Amino acid sequence: MVTIAIQGLSADLGRRAVLTSVSATLRPGTLTGVIGPNGAGKSTLVRAMLGLVPIMQGSVTIDGRDVAALRPRELARTVAYLPQGQTLHWPLSVERLVALGRLPHLAPMSRIGAEDRAAVLEAMTRADVAHLSARIVTELSGGERARVMLARALAVGAKGIVADEPLASLDPGHQIDVMELLSREAKAGALVVTVLHDLTMAARYCDRLLLIDRGVLVAEGTPREVLSADRLRTVYGVSGHIDMAGTAPMVVPLGRCRERGE
Amino acid sequence: MLNDAFPAARHPALIPLLIAGVLVMALASMSLGPVHLSETRILVALTGHGDAIARAILFELRLPRTLVALLVGAMLGLAGAVLQGYLRNPLAEPSVLGASNSAALGAVAAIYFGIADWNVAMLPLLSIALGLVALGLLFALAGRSESPLTLILAGIAVSTLAGAGISLALNLSSNPFAAMEIMAWLLGSIENRTMEHVWIALPCAALGIGLLLYDPRALDALSLGEDGARSLGVDLRRTRRRLLLGVAVGVGGAVAVSGSIGFIGLIVPHLVRPLTDRSPSAVLLPSLLGGSILLAGADILVRLIPTASELKLGVVTAFLGVPVFLVHLLRERRSW
Repeated sequence: MVTIAIQGLSADLGRRAVLTSVSATLRPGTLTGVIGPNGAGKSTLVRAMLGLVPIMQGSVTIDGRDVAALRPRELARTVAYLPQGQTLHWPLSVERLVALGRLPHLAPMSRIGAEDRAAVLEAMTRADVAHLSARIVTELSGGERARVMLARALAVGAKGIVADEPLASLDPGHQIDVMELLSREAKAGALVVTVLHDLTMAARYCDRLLLIDRGVLVAEGTPREVLSADRLRTVYGVSGHIDMAGTAPMVVPLGRCRERGE
Repeated sequence: MLNDAFPAARHPALIPLLIAGVLVMALASMSLGPVHLSETRILVALTGHGDAIARAILFELRLPRTLVALLVGAMLGLAGAVLQGYLRNPLAEPSVLGASNSAALGAVAAIYFGIADWNVAMLPLLSIALGLVALGLLFALAGRSESPLTLILAGIAVSTLAGAGISLALNLSSNPFAAMEIMAWLLGSIENRTMEHVWIALPCAALGIGLLLYDPRALDALSLGEDGARSLGVDLRRTRRRLLLGVAVGVGGAVAVSGSIGFIGLIVPHLVRPLTDRSPSAVLLPSLLGGSILLAGADILVRLIPTASELKLGVVTAFLGVPVFLVHLLRERRSW
């Protein structure tokens, strides 16, 4: 079980303030969606949770311990991270790439053990890429690559998972697969945080949403509390059709509003 | 469909074959020279018996040359493989970061100012010293950035500066013999090496190889980019310090005894990579052994090719390098 607490967090990238006093608590067993327009600071927020951006003010703690004070390997075993994009610099096989997720568990010079292999196989099975294990990742389709990258993050076996835009370049079927997978991880007790652009997916699968606009956390709560026509207009600058009534909520942007909030 | 065993990182025969290749090259290099020695005389002399002439030729002339070739080749091959992994750039080699050029500038300065005449150790020591100065400059220029591009740009700046210094020395050299000596040295050669050269190169190469081979998995993690590697628990700053120090000391020591020999660090990783799973860590040891084989082989070649003055090693590796590199480039283009 892992809990991430963010308090009064401000962060800069270069000279630009990207986050301004954001506070939120992320609890185990919940799937939290981070939503907001491009450049709002979503990625910076999730990277800050992993100690990947320098914190100017405030704090990020994981189970009560400051993220900057945690040893890198310990942090890596606690929270797995799926970065945005599908960066891969060498044409590795799927199995070899997924096995990279075991690195935080391996001491220098040690060999990959039976437990690691089992974790790799299980992660590949869960992300539905086991049949691709011998293929070269750079030769796969975008959707297959995205799932392989997700399997790599799952192979860490961490109690926390942070995924930055895991749905990018996935077809609707695989988008549903990935969201259901993340949702299952959360139901099994993991803390799952994911940056999303698809608001219907966010509404349908996330337990909680954090809505970020220009570096400020403007709304936090259940999808029903966060997603409103008003917010679509003020934050995203779009008009939309929102149907939160049934079991399958729907948020469909319809058109651009000229006047953005303020 | 998944078998129990994890696929091996390398072809199982690769390392044994490379070790055999190193031994064959070493023996070939020992048995080659202007004085013909029969195999039996060599074998007897190697055991410490036999005639004094055979022993002197073997231990004082051919053994140092062979050892220097193996050491320098190993260092250059490994440094190339590490830098390609670290910079995530298949075109990286020790000269990209200015390591070779700066060490060469140190040696050139030793010849130019006549310091080299004081003692046989002065040239190599100055060469290593300037390699380390260049490393300091590289860190100052690259600053806190972890991106490979910053490092490559800083490396090109350092390398260009050192290259300019070398050109300046050649330009201002009033003594044509000194200029010739500098030229000969820049072309790279391991002719007439003594055990003193081995003792200079050995500690540097040992330290360099040790630093570069410690925790190769950090390089694998970098396949996922900087954020990916950090989120897998890799301390990027310590990794950078360790690897750059290893390259500076190891390559500095190698250049100090052999002059600048290019292309080994570039070609060897490309040659062995297809026989591995292409992860950076799997390429390291084969590149070390392959570098030894290639350099010792090139050194045998310069002794066999009949020319008025012995061909310089750097010239041969450059000629060897271009076609090998082009073939691999064409093959790689399909898989990238």
